[in-house]
Parts: sequence; C-alpha cells; structure tokens
Amino acid sequence: MYKNSMRLEFPASSDNERFARTVAAAFILELDPTVDQLSEIKTAVSEAVTNSIIHGYDNEYGSVTMEGSIFDDTVEFVISDDGAGISDIRRAREPLFTGKPEMERSGMGFTIMEAFMDSVEVESEVGKGTRVTMSKRISG
Amino acid sequence: MELYLSGKYRALVVRVAGELDHHAAAGIKESVDREMARTGAVNIAFDLGAVTFMDSSGIGMIMGRSKITSALGGRVIVYGASDNIKRIISMSGLNRLVTVAESLEDGLKEAVCNV
Repeated sequence: MYKNSMRLEFPASSDNERFARTVAAAFILELDPTVDQLSEIKTAVSEAVTNSIIHGYDNEYGSVTMEGSIFDDTVEFVISDDGAGISDIRRAREPLFTGKPEMERSGMGFTIMEAFMDSVEVESEVGKGTRVTMSKRISG
Repeated sequence: MELYLSGKYRALVVRVAGELDHHAAAGIKESVDREMARTGAVNIAFDLGAVTFMDSSGIGMIMGRSKITSALGGRVIVYGASDNIKRIISMSGLNRLVTVAESLEDGLKEAVCNV
C-alpha cells in the first residue's frame, strides 16, 4: 500500500513558494497526473505555503515544513508552520475572508485548496502554529 | 513583465510572464502603481497569455488594482488567461469586478463602452 514519502523544510520567504510547489509537482509525477491535476496540486500547495509565510510568520523569519506521502493512487501533503496560528478556523475558511485586507489578499486560499483537493483538514493553535493536511486521488 | 501605454484608451497594458504568485505579485503591484501615477492612465489591461501559474495572490493583486481604476472611473481588463486561470478567476468572483476578455481589443471595446 505505502509507496513513497518526502519531507522538505525551508525558510518562510516568498521565493520559496515556487520551490515548494515545484517539489510537490515533481513528487507526484510517478502517479502520472494529468496537466490539470498537476496544476491543481501546485496551486493548493502554493496557497498553503503562502498562508504560512504571510499569516503564520507575517513575512518575518520562520520555518515551513512540507511532507508528502503517496498511498496507492492518493497523494497527501502536510504543510505546517510554528507561526501565529489561526484563532477562528471556520471563519478563515470562508470564501473571501482575509485577516490581512491591507495586503490585498483575496481571501480565496482555503476555498481554492478545497476546490482543487479531495480533502483539506486544518489544525491550528494560536501562538503555536498551523498544520494543513490535504489529499487528492490521482486517477489517470 | 512589460508595461506600455495605450494612449487612445488611457490604458496601461501589463504583459505578465511566468508564475504569478505572492512573490511575483509584490513587484508587479509596485511597478503598475508607479506607472499609473506617472502616465495618468485610468484603465489597466493585464495580458495573462504568458502566465503559466497563478494562485490567489494574483487574484488579490488584480482586485487591488481594480479598486484603483474604479476610483479613477476606469476599469481593469484581464485577457489571454488559460482555462486553469479562468477557473480561479470565476471561483473568486473576480470576473464580476473586472472585464475578462480573449484579446486586448475585445476587452477595451467592452470595458471602455461600459465605463
């Protein structure tokens, strides 16, 4: 059943957003995803990593971790930080809600993750950090 | 990224290439806002034809520019977007705030006639 796993840890700087989603895309290539599936996973990963950088660490120093696992034809990514945490997860997941309107955030991050992945789970504690677990079945 | 002014329509045309994420959005925002102030343009047309990736940070950046053009009585036009990008544009409702078109000409015709 278990096929593969990976773990990547990187500083919370915006130029690592591309790095993280590129690694995520490379990791799932063995599942032979379609171009659309690849694009959806890259976008969802990019949203979670950007959230950690902007909201978790407020663009300050910190560390983001991305773990990937492949079980049969399903991929799971866990993106976690030790940043500010989210006080109201339900509200944060509402479309168009943003905690940072002054930064021109669209408030669509979680909505896009939910639309592009099969499941998205968010665990967070204020002052401790946030952990987003998302999975998607890749059927050829 | 390339910027040029279409004087006839008072539109700043912004040709974005590559990946439009949070990292890239910051630079685009700064250049566009500076050129808007310098040229006196009231409309902004984003050419997304060479954009290979866009996430919600791109949506936020375009929404922010739409606020600026609205205050000037102008409009934001987005054209040349791939199907994947169009999907997140409609998911976020951005298509209700800006004119989404296939080409610059179509977008300008629609936006400027509606202004």
